Amino acid sequence: MSTATDLNRPAAPPAFQEINASRRFKNRLATILVAGTFVLALAPLVWLLITVIAKGFQYVLNADWWQKSLAGLTSRQFGGGVYHAIVGTLLQGLICAVIAVPIAVMVAVYLVEYGKRSRLAKAVTFTVDILSGVPSIVAALFIYALCITTLGMPRSAFAVSLALVLLMIPVVVRTTEELLKIVPDELREAAYALGVPKWKTIVKIVIPTAMSGIITGITLAIARVMGETAPVLVLVGYTTFINYDPFGGSMASLPLLMTSERLTTNEVGEARVWGAAVTLILIITVFNLLGSLISRLTSLKTK
Amino acid sequence: MAKRIDVKDLNLFYGKFHAVDGVSLAVPPRNVTAFIGPSGCGKSTVLRSLNRMHEVIPGARAEGKVLLDGEDIYASTVDPVSVRRTIGMVFQRPNPFPTMSIRDNVVAGLKLAGERSGKKLDEVAEQALRGANLWAEVKDRLNRPGGGLSGGQQQRLCIARAIAVQPDVLLMDEPCSALDPISTLAIEDLIQELKKDYTIVIVTHNMQQAARVSDQTAFFNLAGVGQPGRLIELDDTERIFSNPTQKATEDYISGRFG
Repeated sequence: MSTATDLNRPAAPPAFQEINASRRFKNRLATILVAGTFVLALAPLVWLLITVIAKGFQYVLNADWWQKSLAGLTSRQFGGGVYHAIVGTLLQGLICAVIAVPIAVMVAVYLVEYGKRSRLAKAVTFTVDILSGVPSIVAALFIYALCITTLGMPRSAFAVSLALVLLMIPVVVRTTEELLKIVPDELREAAYALGVPKWKTIVKIVIPTAMSGIITGITLAIARVMGETAPVLVLVGYTTFINYDPFGGSMASLPLLMTSERLTTNEVGEARVWGAAVTLILIITVFNLLGSLISRLTSLKTK
Repeated sequence: MAKRIDVKDLNLFYGKFHAVDGVSLAVPPRNVTAFIGPSGCGKSTVLRSLNRMHEVIPGARAEGKVLLDGEDIYASTVDPVSVRRTIGMVFQRPNPFPTMSIRDNVVAGLKLAGERSGKKLDEVAEQALRGANLWAEVKDRLNRPGGGLSGGQQQRLCIARAIAVQPDVLLMDEPCSALDPISTLAIEDLIQELKKDYTIVIVTHNMQQAARVSDQTAFFNLAGVGQPGRLIELDDTERIFSNPTQKATEDYISGRFG
């Protein structure tokens, strides 16, 4: 007369179910797919970086590399450095930024603060979109046709900078525009309510609030245009000498040095090309780090 | 300081939408006037039109007259910037300038108007922060960012910023709706003190608040969605809450509406 009671029996059927097999399978599949594509996307980048560093890093460790040019060296002599090309790259990038940044920031201010959805603003946005899709070789040929063929200017580093301006403006306009848009309207209204005129509100309140991001955008854009090759190939001659004059004569730059020395088919040429590649990557990295440093220093603090 | 406001037959539009229809009211100096009414009735819109902030929104425009001590702020010769310098505003959500320190926030209006003297600015900052009952809490960290303060402190910072430019009138657009009850109480006490020097107009959704802080209350209502808002009744706060003349007002304050 014993009624066997299962003491392990749950008091009530469970309200919630386990994850079923098909969902568990789908989850695993998606995880593998996402992780796999991540590795796939990263692999060529890492490979590229390893190759460049393996082949070129030994040459940049030499102090001469950063201080001397290749002047007077034949294509069979080791030694010398790429100072002339570093000067060219920095000078061209800097001149480009000096021209492009004010224009681009003012265009963005117009689009966000004044144009809103007006017809002119739409036309400007459309033009900027098209400009951002223009290949660098087309920008270079346009400047060639305008400045050199039509206006009769000599091929020069300045012409290169002008072509880079065309490539830089859309990038800076876009980032600045996005950053100005996320500045809350409440800050603008607060300034208006204090009797601050609109232009002063933009200059003293809106732009400073977005400044840290704008600076990051600008440094990234400079880093990007410094690696452009088509404009330097078309618009300026290569030289192994140091030239500080952007308006006259040939001027080397790192991309131009690489395409020129590539034709030197011996170990010396190889050393110069890979060394220049490492140098360019280093310079661009420094610019990016500098950008994030400045943006951290100028970012908004609450404490 | 402290001027009277007379609104005469004011119509407000957002593009083609007629938001507020034919409002006329008078706000005496050194007095707190509360605007109450359901959402969408146009009370904030009317408030923003009193210092020409309404027209900041694209497509918004105003018709009618707003007289500040007899002078029409909508006259064609009047610069809206000078109107806003005379009639200050505090917003629903505290909005200190994130790039500026506490001190610089308070004196932002003067500094951007060209005042350079550091000594003068320091004096004004202290005076305004004392006026906003914030001095004791922030006097040791005037150079810290304003964003580090609590919500209630930030709102008092915004009030300090508004009174630092010594306006004649202070407009407040639901200044306590983002604050906890203790901060709300601090702001309400502050309003009572500010009343000695300023003409104050406050929009609030909280009827107890209107009853507590205001001398006269204006009730706004709208006939239906898409209809313009109207001023139903303006009277002493005591009368509005005890014995309103309009049935709509009575329904609203006693919770029978909609």
